[in-house]
Amino acid sequence: MKTFIRGAGVAGLTLAHELAMRGADVTVVEKRREIAGNASWQAGGMLAPWCERESAEEAVLTLGRAAADWWDAALPGHVSRRGTLVLAPARDTGELERFGRRTSAFSQLGVSEIAVLEPALAGRFGRGLYFAGEAHLDPRKALLALRDKLLGIGVRIEFDRWAVSAAADIEVDCTGISDRRLELRGVRGEMLILRTGEISLTRPVRLLHPRIPIYVVPRTENLFMVGATMIECDAAGPITARSAMELLGAAYALHPAFGEAELVETGVGVRPAFADNLPRVERDGRHIRINGLYRHGFLLAPAMARQAADIILGNPAAKELALEAHR
Amino acid sequence: MLVLYGQKLSSRLLLGTALYPSPAVMADAVKASGTEIVTVSLRRETAGGKSGGQFWSLIQSLGVRVLPNTAGCHSVSEAVATARMAREVFGTDWIKLEVIGNHDTLQPDVFGLVEAARILASEGFEVFPYTTDDLVVAERLLDAGCKLLMPWCAPIGSARGPQNPDALRSLRGHFPGVPLIVDAGIGRPSHAASVMELGYDAVLLNTAVAKAGDPVAMASAFGKAVEAGREAYCAGLLEPRDMAVPSTPMIGMAAFS
Repeated sequence: MKTFIRGAGVAGLTLAHELAMRGADVTVVEKRREIAGNASWQAGGMLAPWCERESAEEAVLTLGRAAADWWDAALPGHVSRRGTLVLAPARDTGELERFGRRTSAFSQLGVSEIAVLEPALAGRFGRGLYFAGEAHLDPRKALLALRDKLLGIGVRIEFDRWAVSAAADIEVDCTGISDRRLELRGVRGEMLILRTGEISLTRPVRLLHPRIPIYVVPRTENLFMVGATMIECDAAGPITARSAMELLGAAYALHPAFGEAELVETGVGVRPAFADNLPRVERDGRHIRINGLYRHGFLLAPAMARQAADIILGNPAAKELALEAHR
Repeated sequence: MLVLYGQKLSSRLLLGTALYPSPAVMADAVKASGTEIVTVSLRRETAGGKSGGQFWSLIQSLGVRVLPNTAGCHSVSEAVATARMAREVFGTDWIKLEVIGNHDTLQPDVFGLVEAARILASEGFEVFPYTTDDLVVAERLLDAGCKLLMPWCAPIGSARGPQNPDALRSLRGHFPGVPLIVDAGIGRPSHAASVMELGYDAVLLNTAVAKAGDPVAMASAFGKAVEAGREAYCAGLLEPRDMAVPSTPMIGMAAFS
């Protein structure tokens, strides 16, 4: 069984891994010259299904709760299991109430507990929520490591190529927003990367705000990823001044040290989404599609890869799984 | 029957389309609310003229009238430019005019609002101005060519409900023939019902539905509340009294002395 996967973003590479580990012959073709540049490259890398439940449907929690284990098994050492800290400025603590009502599996924190978890934020916030079961990874390191691992286990990855070989038994489209179907829409996301040695954080921090909720994800080398806007638009042009201002303002509200940070990168990605913001695995003969991962690429790609691999390799339960994916 | 710029409408609820968990939920909420007008923010949905095609097609498929919105504009020129762009994109002369004066409270800049309304009305726009409950500003907006008014009852998204019912009542009293729509600050169906009981013609809201635990059920609840408030206003409400008034007849009761 020869499987060709189009697209070397998080959906394509997780599927390649899932198939290769089950013994399939896999080729990935990618129209870009390298891994960098797709929507996955701009991702936050939070494996936070309980927090996402604030605005997402139950399926995101059900499908996403095994994601950290999948990544840990595929790429040992990449997953950091330090939970998520959710905070709100003093005058927006109503947002914390709302967030808590819509989510589960968290504990309430006061000033002293926040100081223990993240000493850099000591005394800055009176209350917070702690989602201890959540995790995060650095998406760029994970994608590159996954590429290297795949090459090592015999998967072919061909860059700068779009054509799929006629020898393919199965073709899988994992091209995200480049898959120009009518019902797929783009949701633009803008992000920043800041560098500062003045503070350190050890886990993703979400700062709630009625209009501009943001998250800050710590990475190595004093880098912090600040994201992300959600704009109903499929334009991938540069970040707007307003978005940059809002992201920077919110980061500064989290800690004034971000005001002195170096702004080392701004990024824009277009998330592929269906109308219900849930992902789908679809099959039409020998053509399969995984798409609609929306803002949940790293969180939901493993579950989608498992479902697609079950369909491709003939797991008897696959039909039901595919239906479930359709919801 | 509600008539806004010549359009007859049977629903008195106008619904915003932002902040929902997904476009699918938004579409279901619009249907459940019974609304016939939805607002769409041009600036956010198009990032400077490049269209968010799928989102727009979904809204078109709902079969409701679209009221484009200059949300997030902080100056007259920005609001006017956005309105002109909205006319091209959405193919309507209707425009919900917002000129924000304060970043924190999203309070309208009423001076800029009047100026922008005058410019747009002279260009043939049918302006729905988002304003405060100030009577003099209301007069200026009508002078500028607006045929209806959309006062806030509390800051946008604050869910605080009517903060100054006397001012809302006063506006209603001064402009008996002008359609008045409460635009911002509604948090609960009871808030919507209470302003409808004051004789307001309609209610426009977004966050209270979009950010509800179940937006579709909340949309339906607001649809009913708006209808109930209107019906109550038309039926004639009992005035509050200082003393108890028995509802059973006094005549014919046994007399004790």
